[in-house]
Amino acid sequence: RGNNSIKTSKYNFFSFLPLNLFEQFQRIANAYFLFLLILQLIPQISSLAWFTTVVPLVLVLAVSGVKDAIDDFDLSCRLKDEKWMNVQVGDIIRLENNNFVTADLLLLSSSEPHSLTYIETAELDGETNLKVKQALTVTAELGEDLQKLTEFNGEVKCEAPNNKLDKFTGTLTLRGEKYALDNEKMLLRGCIIRNTEWCFGLVIYAGPDTKLMQNSGKTTFKRTSIDRLMNVLVLLIFAFLALMCLILAIGNGIWEYDKGYYFQVYLPWAEGVNSASYSGFLMFWSYVIILNTVVPISLYVSVEIIRLGNSFYIDWDRKMYYPPKDTPAQARTTTLNEELGQIKYIFSDKTGTLTQNIMCFNKCSIHGKSYGDVYDMSGQRIEINEKTEKVDFSYNQLADPKFAFYDHSLVEAVKLGDIQTHRFFRLLSLCHTVMPEEKKEGNLVYQAQSPDEGALVTAARNFGFVFRARTPETITVVEMGETKVYKLLAILDFNNVRKRMSVIVRSPEGDLTLYCKGADTILYELLHSSCDSLKEETTEHLNEFAGEGLRTLVVAYKNLDEEYFQDWIRRHHEASTALEGREDKLSELYEEIEKDLMLLGATAIEDKLQDGVPQTIETLARASIKIWVLTGDKQETAMNISYSCNLLNDDMDDVFVIEGSTSDDVLKELRDARKKMKPESFLDSDEINIQFEKSSKKPKVLPDEQANGVYGLVITGHSLAYGLEENLELELVRTACMCKVVICCRVTPLQKAQVVELVKKYKKAVTLAIGDGANDVSMIKTAHIGVGISGQEGMQAVLSSDFSFAQFRYLQRLLLVHGRWSYIRMCKFLKYFFYKNFAFTLVHFWYGFFSGFSAQTVYDEWFITLYNLVYTSLPVLGMSLFDQDVDDRWSLLFPQLYVPGQQNLYFNKTVFVKCMFQGIYSSLILFFIPYGAMYNTVRSDGKAIADYQSFALMVQTCLLIVVSVQICLDTSYWTVVNQFFIWGSLSVYFAITFTMYSDGMYMIFTASFPFVGTARNTLSQPNVWLAIFLSITLCVLPVVGFRFLKTQLRPTPSDKVRKYLIKPEILQQHLRRLRRTSTRRSGYAFAHQHGFGALIMSGRNMRPKSPFATTGTFSPNSDKHKHKGL
Amino acid sequence: MKNKMSFLQQEGEACPSRCPDNSAFRQQRLPAWKPQFTITAVLSTFFLTGMFCLSVGVCLILSANSIREIQIDYSDKCSDCSKLRENSSNWNKECLCSVNFTLKEDILGDVFMYYGLQNFYQNHRRYAISRSDAQLLGQNVNNSYCAPFTTYQNGTPMAPCGAIANSMFNDTFDLFYNLNSSVTQVPLLKTGNSWWTDKNVKFRNPKSYNLSSAFAGTSRPPYWQKPVYLLDEEDERNNGYINDDFIIWMRVSAFATFRNLYRRVRRIRQFADGLPAGNYTFHISYNFPVTKFKARKHVILSTVVWSGGSNPFLGIAYVISGTAATLAGFVITAIHLKLRKRKTYFQK
Repeated sequence: RGNNSIKTSKYNFFSFLPLNLFEQFQRIANAYFLFLLILQLIPQISSLAWFTTVVPLVLVLAVSGVKDAIDDFDLSCRLKDEKWMNVQVGDIIRLENNNFVTADLLLLSSSEPHSLTYIETAELDGETNLKVKQALTVTAELGEDLQKLTEFNGEVKCEAPNNKLDKFTGTLTLRGEKYALDNEKMLLRGCIIRNTEWCFGLVIYAGPDTKLMQNSGKTTFKRTSIDRLMNVLVLLIFAFLALMCLILAIGNGIWEYDKGYYFQVYLPWAEGVNSASYSGFLMFWSYVIILNTVVPISLYVSVEIIRLGNSFYIDWDRKMYYPPKDTPAQARTTTLNEELGQIKYIFSDKTGTLTQNIMCFNKCSIHGKSYGDVYDMSGQRIEINEKTEKVDFSYNQLADPKFAFYDHSLVEAVKLGDIQTHRFFRLLSLCHTVMPEEKKEGNLVYQAQSPDEGALVTAARNFGFVFRARTPETITVVEMGETKVYKLLAILDFNNVRKRMSVIVRSPEGDLTLYCKGADTILYELLHSSCDSLKEETTEHLNEFAGEGLRTLVVAYKNLDEEYFQDWIRRHHEASTALEGREDKLSELYEEIEKDLMLLGATAIEDKLQDGVPQTIETLARASIKIWVLTGDKQETAMNISYSCNLLNDDMDDVFVIEGSTSDDVLKELRDARKKMKPESFLDSDEINIQFEKSSKKPKVLPDEQANGVYGLVITGHSLAYGLEENLELELVRTACMCKVVICCRVTPLQKAQVVELVKKYKKAVTLAIGDGANDVSMIKTAHIGVGISGQEGMQAVLSSDFSFAQFRYLQRLLLVHGRWSYIRMCKFLKYFFYKNFAFTLVHFWYGFFSGFSAQTVYDEWFITLYNLVYTSLPVLGMSLFDQDVDDRWSLLFPQLYVPGQQNLYFNKTVFVKCMFQGIYSSLILFFIPYGAMYNTVRSDGKAIADYQSFALMVQTCLLIVVSVQICLDTSYWTVVNQFFIWGSLSVYFAITFTMYSDGMYMIFTASFPFVGTARNTLSQPNVWLAIFLSITLCVLPVVGFRFLKTQLRPTPSDKVRKYLIKPEILQQHLRRLRRTSTRRSGYAFAHQHGFGALIMSGRNMRPKSPFATTGTFSPNSDKHKHKGL
Repeated sequence: MKNKMSFLQQEGEACPSRCPDNSAFRQQRLPAWKPQFTITAVLSTFFLTGMFCLSVGVCLILSANSIREIQIDYSDKCSDCSKLRENSSNWNKECLCSVNFTLKEDILGDVFMYYGLQNFYQNHRRYAISRSDAQLLGQNVNNSYCAPFTTYQNGTPMAPCGAIANSMFNDTFDLFYNLNSSVTQVPLLKTGNSWWTDKNVKFRNPKSYNLSSAFAGTSRPPYWQKPVYLLDEEDERNNGYINDDFIIWMRVSAFATFRNLYRRVRRIRQFADGLPAGNYTFHISYNFPVTKFKARKHVILSTVVWSGGSNPFLGIAYVISGTAATLAGFVITAIHLKLRKRKTYFQK
């Protein structure tokens, strides 16, 4: 089925032009210009020379075409690989070390023992640690034997192509026997083979069916609110255009009837025109052509260029570059920049985003005794700092030197040989899925899938229980210097429902033991009743740990009965070969054996906050951005971390906790909260109530409500599920949006997306989701803007994000600096762009009344052609790429500057209408001042000046100077480039004008340049310049006055800040203040571990990496490992 | 893994490959001038502009007032002729008409004679494009720009072609000075009235040994009484396409009301200082029919100043704008003074 050629590039060399043109003409604006072009081909209608439309159209198409071509070229360069194009499903491929896997393969055999194959999945999920895959024994036997491989004749049944990177189910039928296939035997496209000489694979999915491609294709196309507004405005402009043309067409009909009919002596009606009304009809279309510039063709291209430029600034910003990981910020989507300046809601993941996801084993509770705190002589607890004496682990040669622990009593307990303490650490060294690597003797490196496990195993290692090596069925541990090999019989995997993992091992002495670790709530249910008193003590310790903001796990064990176990393992075996409901059956079995556990104790791990998180959150809050934390973590810990990163604080009036377990409870809790925050919102007279009383079913926009204080809301996933139901969602969003901070804990990835969706639905606000893990992908994709943190959990979040960087604290710079600038620049650009085109085009409209509505243009046709493309394009681009109302330091110091963006103040329909009126006013001045000045007048030598060409030149010169002065007024940050563009454009205008009106051009292209001599004859006249000066004054002076009065009467935040610019000492003052707040970093973060993911059964597959682990690392019977019989 | 991390950290300080350049452009720190709307700048703009506009306006009004202008609407005064012209079959009948006027004072300086048309839509698009610049440049091209006056039905091309040329104004004026019953014709200059570029660049006669042969094979436009090579038989350099009257007509006006320079008074003998006071008579040969579309015709005598003709608009507009700007300046001052005490600083 299907070959492996993935068409990532849209075009080839020959198809580019037609295909790209076809695509471009699908854009409505381009289609409109094509329509104009066709109109121009009709001689009765054509009112402009062909080039006035063709030249801009071609240029615009060329620019976008080049951009598309570059995008396409980039894309195809990255993923195209001719060699693998012909690979078909069912082919067997040989891959060698460092080869790139190009299809989803079933691993058949490899050069390594047990047909292990090591892969790097950085491209797939961003994880840099090696993963190991292992083939079925039956296929492993094929080895390198090409003969056998060609004869290989099995049948693979597998699920339909899907996007789940971590799941695969299928069976292989070979010689009548069935073998189960799972993700362990799959090499996915995007992986790279490492440390493996060669391997053979059978193609299961090829081309677009591969999991990588299935994953990449789902991104939805995001548009900004300005985009949508722009489309509405363009439609409005179309209506306006039609209205103008209608007025002029009617005018033409009347004129032709009243005057034109009689003027036929000198000007007969055009061929085929036999009535005034028909002439009016034709003139409608002629005016459509002439006035088309109100919808400027270059608008969309310019917007793209501006966004692209502003995206580059994000990529280039050194202040968002994270040296430890060599990660610069990245704008992965270049079309959303200005939306960054309008964010109202931030949905943040916690783990890995607010916290570092680096874990330190800090405390533990072993058999009712708590370790980890340091006390001084008088028994007072000491704050641990850098000077505190660390525990000396030098007795243990295999200890990790970076590990730090301060409580000496624990080491004493270990040294004394306390059974429970030993069992505790033995458990930690056995019950995990960590991979050891020992390239040099004694230099152990653990490759852990979750950092918690790494921390726990490292702790055990330092305390003398060194996990040293593992094979598929053994674990080698150096216990207090003595090497012991445990037989690993089963791993009872971790998942989100179970929230625990267990291993079943047989000790060298022959004891069968199940070791289990997991979340306290879960494990407490499974404990043997004899542990009740210990449970109480441990609970006390757990509360203590949680109160300090530590992550906790409870550990327990159970000795197993040999007979029972044999029976269990057989059933386990059966279940794991089942094709259907395999996972359900397995989890049933797991539950069966994991009960009546003996409690051992608890571990506490510190989860470090990312740098600068509290300050960032404070800054964002001051920018009126509401922050919602969506985490899979449990309520207490989530609240705890919220306190430590300044989200919640004691100054708040109240923090509501919604934890109802029925729909009614949740409703009641939400109502109570709202009643407290805003009692009047329950009155019948409340506007929102009235609005929703008359509810039609369509979701309405919920206006912002002001609470009577500062409140926080905490809601658990369980209650959230009710809250998200249709009957409650309005109540939820109403209550939640009144709070300053909302924390949703124990939520699933799907719920994260639903919460974002809910706010998007009811609030007219821009949302941003930030996260680092695969569980954040859904919310990142749902929010208006998704930000990915290139953290430890992998790249999935980054891959689906629009922007990415390494640290949460860069968010403030992204929003308050880059976002704000982008937004302001875009708004200024649009305001100016619409203004200049209105001023430009409407002059034609006024001239219609004085030229018999004959579709006579005011300007030279060349001027019409070049106005948007040459004369006015660069200055406005310069402004939209360089403008800064205040610089970045001020933006960060005064987060209030961000508020106008959230409220859409700088560009909306009102602003557009203002631009329109300003344009209309300017066009009136631009027409009537030259008209009055030229009316019935002559030059100072008595010769003609009121001729059409002089008038055209005068008006276009006026226009160009007026719009140039206008951009000068709009520019608040004059770099060299801006100066160059503005002066350059004006000089270019005069240069081009004088060239086009020169004798030489006229002699060569007589028909195209009929304005010969006009510039010389007109621009030498003082009254022409006086008229130009007057027009400029009248166009600009009122603007200056209005702007000044606006800064005086209703100053915008940036006006207020700009006042400071004169007083640098205030900046110093604020800088000092900011520094003071930065010391406030006290809290530990902690998080309940979630998303261990499907812990791969790698524990059984690891080859002996360590030749230094002395005792038999794998048994001679290793062929008999678990897969054998499958 | 941890080793790798620390390795990267070291490298990070030495700025590894992916670290962005520290250039002012990339870091958006380009040096820049940040102008602000300060009260001083705004007020000085308003007051300086106001003062400037007022003074320019006063100058303009004063100089416009010094212009002497006589404008005579002869559409009604020559009603007999206009009736005659309404019937196109009378095209070859000559019609003369005289108009008297009196100058109470001398008009000193250069005096220009214009004909003025009102309600004549020279700026109509189809009218204004109905010309062939190539033909007027003496190139023998037959093109379609001239529709609907390109060729006759028998195929003979028109020279010059097009609606503009065909509708050329062809009334003629002679001015007589009546002094003590002796009548003196005022000497008039008929050349030097058009733009230099038009006369020397834009218009050229086709090359041939004489002018009439240059136009062989073409025919005059339908409304013309004589062919183009007979426009000025006295002056070779004012004949054919480079005839000043023709050139001036071909420079279409921007509006439906316009005046074109017809003649200049030649300053010799008693007219050396301009036109002396007294009685004058215009002898008008009325050929150009306009009554059908309710247009009006004028003949105008006028002097000029540095700012051009007698149009008072600019002067008035400048005075009004100047006054408005100054007043606005005062209003702004008032508002500013009132607001000065109000705290507009940012509350952190």
